[in-house]
Amino acid sequence: MLEVEGITKAFPGVVANDDVSLTLNQGEIHCLLGENGAGKSTLVNMVFGLYRPDQGTIKVRGEEVHFEDSGDAIARGIGMVHQHFQLIPVFTVAENIILGNEVTKGAFLDLDSARRQIDSLAERYGLAVDPDATVGDLSVGEQQRVELVKALFRDADILILDEPTAVLTPGEVDDFFGVVESLTGQGKSIIFITHKLREVLAVADRITVLRAGQVVGTATAEGATQQSLANLMVGRDVVFRVDKAEADPGAPVLRTQDLRVADDRGVETVTGFDVEVRAGEIFGIAGVEGNGQRELVEAICGMRPTAGGRVEMLGQETTDWSPRKINELGVAHVPENRSKHGVVAQYTIADNLVLNRYHHRKFSQRGVRNTGAINAEAQELVEQFDVRTPGVDAVIDTLSGGNQQKVIVARELTGDLKALVVAQPTRGLDVGSIEFIHRKIIELRDRGVAVLLVSAELDEILSLSDRIGVLYRGRLAGTVNAADATREELGLLMATGSSEGQR
Amino acid sequence: MTTVEHAVGATGASGRIGLNRQSITGLVFGLLGIALLAGVAPAISGNSRRFNFEPPPDPAGIGFHPPTWVVAIGVLFLLTAVLGFAPPEARRWASPARLLSALAVIPLLLVLSLALSDNPSTNIVNLFNESLVLATPLALGATTGLWCERSGIINIGIEGTMLAGAGIGYMTYATIGDAQSTGWLWFSILISVLAGGLVAALLAVLSIRFGVNQIVGGVVINLFALGLTGFLRSEVIVKTGITTGVGTSEFGLPLLSEIPVIGDQLFRGKPIYWMMYLVVIGTWLVMFRTPWGLRVRSCGENPHAAETLGVNVVRIRYQSVILGGLIAGLAGAWFSMESQTRFEDNMTNAAGFIALAALIFGKWTPWGAFGGALLFGFSRALGTRLQFLGVEVSGFEIPSEFLQALPFIVTLVVVAGAVGRSIPPAAAGQPFQRSK
Repeated sequence: MLEVEGITKAFPGVVANDDVSLTLNQGEIHCLLGENGAGKSTLVNMVFGLYRPDQGTIKVRGEEVHFEDSGDAIARGIGMVHQHFQLIPVFTVAENIILGNEVTKGAFLDLDSARRQIDSLAERYGLAVDPDATVGDLSVGEQQRVELVKALFRDADILILDEPTAVLTPGEVDDFFGVVESLTGQGKSIIFITHKLREVLAVADRITVLRAGQVVGTATAEGATQQSLANLMVGRDVVFRVDKAEADPGAPVLRTQDLRVADDRGVETVTGFDVEVRAGEIFGIAGVEGNGQRELVEAICGMRPTAGGRVEMLGQETTDWSPRKINELGVAHVPENRSKHGVVAQYTIADNLVLNRYHHRKFSQRGVRNTGAINAEAQELVEQFDVRTPGVDAVIDTLSGGNQQKVIVARELTGDLKALVVAQPTRGLDVGSIEFIHRKIIELRDRGVAVLLVSAELDEILSLSDRIGVLYRGRLAGTVNAADATREELGLLMATGSSEGQR
Repeated sequence: MTTVEHAVGATGASGRIGLNRQSITGLVFGLLGIALLAGVAPAISGNSRRFNFEPPPDPAGIGFHPPTWVVAIGVLFLLTAVLGFAPPEARRWASPARLLSALAVIPLLLVLSLALSDNPSTNIVNLFNESLVLATPLALGATTGLWCERSGIINIGIEGTMLAGAGIGYMTYATIGDAQSTGWLWFSILISVLAGGLVAALLAVLSIRFGVNQIVGGVVINLFALGLTGFLRSEVIVKTGITTGVGTSEFGLPLLSEIPVIGDQLFRGKPIYWMMYLVVIGTWLVMFRTPWGLRVRSCGENPHAAETLGVNVVRIRYQSVILGGLIAGLAGAWFSMESQTRFEDNMTNAAGFIALAALIFGKWTPWGAFGGALLFGFSRALGTRLQFLGVEVSGFEIPSEFLQALPFIVTLVVVAGAVGRSIPPAAAGQPFQRSK
């Protein structure tokens, strides 16, 4: 169906794709695997006409093509579901789907017949969508279905799915795989981009691994293992199991009692949360996103007013303290929203590294910053935390997500810590960075820090935590010892709030 | 806004009373209601007044007793205030009540000003018609803004675009038509429209091609138009010696203008005034019912999404901004060839900025923007009317400048509470770079 031969694409300063070749057969799921920045997205953006290659050829059904824009690619039957959905939140589902390919009656839009076409597509491929719903009101899973229908509406036979599962809950991922199977069953061919190894092995027919813009290996699903793929991706042996000693918990450090918190709309999403995290243990909070995780973390760290209950740290009540006061107790926070709460995008790496300490005597005297001391400290942290950067005076926005996260972790993990609250610490990061950050968290625990870990990645929770609580509708549905926990049991708790599986 | 939102959160969660917009609005209406009942109603004259529906002599109309009206509106305000704090089941009535109260401000202003004046009557049909006519440039300007912002370009150069249309149009009319011939009048109106399009094209090139900050681009347009038209006036128009002439003339709509009493007042008007309605209706149809309109809106919300679907964002933005400019040019022609037949420096007198306010007030929809324009048109008409009525408070005549400003202030404050927050197109003001 599709042949990519010897594609090279350079951006100022980087060669994103270097002589990359790839073929896609009809009815096949071809996985494109690689770390962040390996060039996966660049490659498919060229196939979809958003970028133009510097060298090399693209053939669709044996015919060489030169796309000027994605309209050309769409006309050749290529559809793409982007990692960040390309939807217009204030439009209805039908309007989003027909945009650019409008169904008309005379000079006017014909939304009635568009609706009928959408309904019939939805039925044929098992993609339930309501054409009249406003997209902004839909869940992430539903939005993804809209994206798929959008591509199918344009008669795409070649579907490019860019990290489609990154935003889905475990249950939604299973549904999604079902949809993918039914698509290939009806003759569609799929390029599936991901860096999750489990998924690759679950769905792929063939696998191409990219590293630093080059193809480093091609495999069939039968011959591959998670370990072999990971080694190919990273270019060295990857340790999967996080090695850690038995926890040695001490005194309680962080405690909440009947904590209640409201979200931005005023709806109470944390509805009576009790937890006790002790020194030297990692308490993992699992749960489907949107069950109050964000509000819980923000309330504990002083970023959001509580609506009731109390928070205690190190024996003092800290309910509704300011973030700085809580921070100065020795409580660090790695926030979920990296760009909004984690870094100041236009500041340098050095300034970002001292955001929580710039006012200390060491870094400023009489209201004047001591840039020498700040840069020296930054230099040391950059080396210690292996931040890949041209220098500490680079603007942090120029770094990759993984390196930005390392900067945040470096900043938060420095100092005399008693407790650490981390939310989604490795979201969107590649295998290498994940491994590194996990090791740091374990190190901290071994030094006697109490860690509260919130993550949507069940694997992360399972491999790091000593105890695991499942957050369901704003309260703990159950707490288990990590050693005894199984994916199945946790999955059931996450989905239904009860280990018996009744609602 | 952030603090207010936090307060909403607190109220919703725990039932604590926080200061959100609803409760502030309720409070304002409550205080106004108490003031009306306890302070104003007993104080104003109990003499009967009349709203006339046609010009003298012997007009049709209705007589009324001002304190009764003041009491009735005061009770409505109090009710609105109470509903704002009512238990949740009754809350669903709160929002219509707020709207009703906001609308009641208009009769309240009329009743009060008549009660405080030494004139016993005034013609309100004619006041309404004046409001519509004065709304013409505002509605056209707001439609200009609508086309630009819905496509993602913030246009604060509407004022300058209108002014350029007004000046260049009148200059054409004076130089080649001696400001006397109907044929040249229409040709000059066309020139106004094209001039508007050209000025907007300049903004489009600045903001789309060169990625200049759109606010700065708009300011440049305004300053440029002010200087250019001032120059053309003193160097061309004044030198022709033709400072005024024959403008567009009124005509009545068939049948409708035959309606007794109101027909002749409401359904007679000049051509650009009538075109304003066509522009608003046409804008609504094209923007919300055609494929091209759908694409325009997508460019203002998420241009990258539009691009992935093969929509040519750059072209759509050029088209919309220039279309908007053509409409602003027509508004300019209204100033110099319909409302008056002459050109003065800075003749548009901030209408372009008020049009932007009307657009925001109308939440970026054609009918909302028209409503906003009508409201500001009414404020202007009422301000003028109040001067004629000679409103006095305890023997002291209120200065006319204050009277002109008063309706704007009152309507804005009250309606801000009733209309609430409006959300602009998500990508308005963001330059768009095509992928490479």
